[in-house]
Amino acid sequence: MAKAPSPNKPQTQSPGGIDLRDRWLAAFLAWLLPGLGHFYQRRTAKGVLFCVMILSTFCYGLVLGEGRVVYASFGPQERRLPYLSQVGVGLPALPALVQMQRVRAGKEPLFGESRFMAPPNYEQGELSALHLRLNRRWELGSVFTMIAGLLNFLVIYDAFAGPADALRGAPQQKATERPPPGSAGST
Amino acid sequence: MMSSDLWYSLPLVVAISLVYAGTRHEAMGDIIRHAIRFALWSLVILSGIFALLYFVSENL
Repeated sequence: MAKAPSPNKPQTQSPGGIDLRDRWLAAFLAWLLPGLGHFYQRRTAKGVLFCVMILSTFCYGLVLGEGRVVYASFGPQERRLPYLSQVGVGLPALPALVQMQRVRAGKEPLFGESRFMAPPNYEQGELSALHLRLNRRWELGSVFTMIAGLLNFLVIYDAFAGPADALRGAPQQKATERPPPGSAGST
Repeated sequence: MMSSDLWYSLPLVVAISLVYAGTRHEAMGDIIRHAIRFALWSLVILSGIFALLYFVSENL
């Protein structure tokens, strides 16, 4: 939970009084691995929640797509725009960049025959073959991994600025604090 | 086959509800309550869209 800031050290607090520590570092850690930014801020329960939900969604999508739905390709054959949202999960999606660089350099992708997170071999029509073989699991895997990445953008913002209701000033709590009509404090 | 595909939406609704609610509140009780409300509304809206599309496709 939130801790009181020490007087001799500059602290970054959200409007809700939550100690966000170094918010830029927290945001970077939150991108690097879902929940890591919250662990750094000692918001452990939320860190566990985000880590479990986002990584399980991402991994389930990867399993549905047999590890092929997350890949980076920005060449003339295909612009894989879904990767821009998938990379929101950070480190788990980064092997796709390594695979793309290897393929561009004319090297064999890592992980052997499985071609995990490697772009399809367009010359051999592998993309069409993948669509044909995986059928709707290709779309489902893409959607699951994309949503996982997009959800982590919300988490990154939460690590940077605190929960949204605290930013709005928690209107429900303020309503209860308002003095009743006719009392001395009201006009 | 179509009905089995619909089950894929459940884990997504759970994940989206919990993560979205988690970014709105700090206390776990508030998160859970918000997530349940959000999930139920999502399911109602998704069911409505499904019913509408199903009705339209039946009359094609």
